[in-house]
Amino acid sequence: MNITLSVNGEQQGGDVEPRVLLVHYLRDTLGLTGTNVGCDTSSCGACTVLLDGESVKACTVLAVQADGHEVTTIEGLAPAGDGLHPMQQAFHEEHGLQCGYCTPGMIMAAVSLLEENPSPTEEEVRLGLEGNLCRCTGYHNIVKSVLAAADAGNGAAATTTEAVSS
Amino acid sequence: MSLGTIGDRLPRKEDARLLTGEARYVDDLQIPGALWVAFVRSPYAHARIGSIDASAAQAMPGVRHVFTGADLRDAWANPMPCAWPVTEDMKAPDHWPVAVDTANYAGDAVAVVVADSRYAAADAVDAVAVDYEPLDPVVDLEDALSDRVLVHEGLGTNRSYTWTLAPEPDAVDRAFAEAAHTVQERYLQQRLIPAAMEPRGVAAVPGAYGGDLTIYSSTQIPHILKIMTAVTCGLPEQKLRVIAPAVGGGFGSKLNVYAEELVAVALARRLGVPVRWTETRSEAGVATIHGRSLIQDIELAADGDGRITGVRVKLLADMGAYLQLVTPGIPLLGAFLYHGVYDVPAYHFECTGVFTNRTSTDAYRGAGRPEATYALERTVDALAREVGVDPAEIRRRNYIPTDRFPYTSIAGLTYDSGNYQPTLERALELVGYDALRAEQQRRRDAGETRHLGVGITTYVEMCGLAPSRVLASLNYSAGGWEAATVSMLPTGSVQVVSGTTPHGQGHETTWSQIVADKLGVDPGQVEVLHSDTAVSPLGMDTYGSRSLAVGGVAVSMAADDVLAKARRIAAHQLECAEEDLELVDGELRVRGTPTRAMTLQAVAFEAFTAHDLPDGMEPNLFGQVTYDPPNFTFPFGTHVAVVEVDEETGMVELIDYAAVDDCGNQVNPMIVEGQVHGGIVQGAAQALWEEAVYDEAGNLRNPTLIDYCVPSAAEVPYFRLDSTVTPSPTNPLGVKGIGEAGTIAATPTVINAVVDALQPFGVTDIDMPATPERVWRAIQDAPQAQEAGR
Repeated sequence: MNITLSVNGEQQGGDVEPRVLLVHYLRDTLGLTGTNVGCDTSSCGACTVLLDGESVKACTVLAVQADGHEVTTIEGLAPAGDGLHPMQQAFHEEHGLQCGYCTPGMIMAAVSLLEENPSPTEEEVRLGLEGNLCRCTGYHNIVKSVLAAADAGNGAAATTTEAVSS
Repeated sequence: MSLGTIGDRLPRKEDARLLTGEARYVDDLQIPGALWVAFVRSPYAHARIGSIDASAAQAMPGVRHVFTGADLRDAWANPMPCAWPVTEDMKAPDHWPVAVDTANYAGDAVAVVVADSRYAAADAVDAVAVDYEPLDPVVDLEDALSDRVLVHEGLGTNRSYTWTLAPEPDAVDRAFAEAAHTVQERYLQQRLIPAAMEPRGVAAVPGAYGGDLTIYSSTQIPHILKIMTAVTCGLPEQKLRVIAPAVGGGFGSKLNVYAEELVAVALARRLGVPVRWTETRSEAGVATIHGRSLIQDIELAADGDGRITGVRVKLLADMGAYLQLVTPGIPLLGAFLYHGVYDVPAYHFECTGVFTNRTSTDAYRGAGRPEATYALERTVDALAREVGVDPAEIRRRNYIPTDRFPYTSIAGLTYDSGNYQPTLERALELVGYDALRAEQQRRRDAGETRHLGVGITTYVEMCGLAPSRVLASLNYSAGGWEAATVSMLPTGSVQVVSGTTPHGQGHETTWSQIVADKLGVDPGQVEVLHSDTAVSPLGMDTYGSRSLAVGGVAVSMAADDVLAKARRIAAHQLECAEEDLELVDGELRVRGTPTRAMTLQAVAFEAFTAHDLPDGMEPNLFGQVTYDPPNFTFPFGTHVAVVEVDEETGMVELIDYAAVDDCGNQVNPMIVEGQVHGGIVQGAAQALWEEAVYDEAGNLRNPTLIDYCVPSAAEVPYFRLDSTVTPSPTNPLGVKGIGEAGTIAATPTVINAVVDALQPFGVTDIDMPATPERVWRAIQDAPQAQEAGR
């Protein structure tokens, strides 16, 4: 099937097998490997991306279902350059990641969460991220990160902040 | 000095690439021309493999090859490795990467498909027709011990080994004969699935112009994998390069040499093209090792005051179908710790390992030490009930006194340093222990149905694996050293090459802080290279909370060597005595004459040009150290959990948790806390949610993340953390290790809290995981409930 979609603001498209998952289209066809795959039952949330601004698990969406829609992946979250999105910055400052594998999906889910609820309570953050599993952090610093991003100005605003030194 | 020396909460250098999706895990690698591998796995736990018809699969579009175990048999020079033959007479079956005659667990690979894409390979797996003759499986541990059904006929028994630690047998018998109190408990350590968020993956890439082969693997152990691949595949080791790119967690499950890695190597050589494999999560449930799975019998003897006078332990440990890399040794890592933090004069430990038709067990976060701590700390609570004292008080009475360190334990270890009681008192303070007990009583008196429970654990673990000579005495087939090279480059930046292999632990940040501290440079000037055997040829990798206590110490010693050499060069060029030089702000200055100085960068450049070095000195400014620790390190701490148990539903809610850990000096407390947070949830998950459930036929019933209950953020609270600092006297950094502490402590802490909550019903035991159904049934079946006619 021929599809056309916007991925991180760029027009993409072409012929895809109808059964190809959006996450495999992003990873294998477009080379956007920041979106990870952690399970095969839509349980872990590692593959979370934004579809028309709302978080979806990209293993639960067929590439053809994204035809005509806008997809944002972790690579497209911060504007071009070396800046970080406020949510990424908050995860850095609060040590909200360790191995990093769940991180892109966790951040996309958190961005979507704050979009819906800019000032969540701790409980609302925990329930809002229930679909995203992390095995390293015990969630303590992830929850802190999301609350810090909310405090810093509702996280969803796509302003860049200073780059992380590396 | 900028932020970033030892003790600072420096945000991690690793983060930027992980936060932006730039990090490359194995499946992210773009490998032109790579073929995809998928495995045909036995649906039976035990079956003779008959004919395999691959014709339909081979006719499918995109399918290149199908290989059976017999087809690949000549690819192996040796069976898969077990590096820890714990006894001379240990029984070990030959373990081939692809089964040849019999499949011995549900998930054992019996054939391999090679195809152009991951979809084509997956499709073809379903089209391979395998003729199985099912055999009786053995799933239960005691059934296995009876030898009613043999997993491996050729071995003649399911018993792999019995390992005993009996320092003074008569003393143990005497302790129990003379005891005022004895308690005897039996605990089941359920099987766990490690479930690192990144499933495993491997790519084997042959060199374009020669025989060299690069293995990219999601592994904790690139160095060990290289050696074992050479041995198993019969390849010259220098022809192999192993790279662990970004690795998405391990928790011990990637501390192994796996069939899929060896198959990828064999196929890349046979076909002359790159091949790759990525595990699916459902596949990981059976193909990646499991943790725990043992039956623990433990007895304590005590005097009239509850002072423990003897410990007797007997384990029956599930090996699974085969011995993986260190399968038989896992219980031995706990064998010395069943008396834990308590001063105990008599000790007996025995462990028998048995085969079952299930996925092999092996190292899982804590590996042996969580099991030991669980059994001991639950039994200490049982002793408190028996003696009639508070669980905090029974612990106070038994701690090894602080003035006894270094403490030689009855089990034969020398605990480096310890100061246990302050961690208990602080943890109790953090949760408000006295008020909790009052509230607990109030609810009981009022007949409320949400019961409060408080659980306590004080643990000690052995980290810093390991002194090589001690490993020799345990029959382990390798050493426990770690290597590091620190180089000050001509341009003044610092390169660290480490043999440790981080996969979430933040070594790039921590090692940078150590070097920054030693050399007075900014941590941003330090680059840490690791996890590639061509870049870091010497290493023993990352597991067992060893990285800082062995690898970090090696980095620190190498930095010391750099500074020592720099001082010699500077003294030569500044024409002063070395003793007159002081390191200030990255400069070596002549004391009292600060204008006579050289920056370390200038010294490094002088060392590089070698135009004017002291006579006989080798050029370049680097230090290279291979550090073999003189002893293990012994971190400790006390955790306290508070739970609410609803007697009507059996639901357990973890409502508060305090952890006071002592891992010696901390290089980066932020990273230390992160390790504790994650460990607590992993340990609590064993207590409350996780279990690999097998049916009688040997099928794993919950291999996916739908059915295997890895907790989410919604199941856990914030944690209250504090620490004490008792440096280890055995290494120059005074560090101990923190990677596994949370997991070791949390499981018994949470279960002790659940049992504490159920005290009004007379419930003294609950199997893990303490699911609502189990808790509810325990209440219904409890003596008090039955008396009351519920």
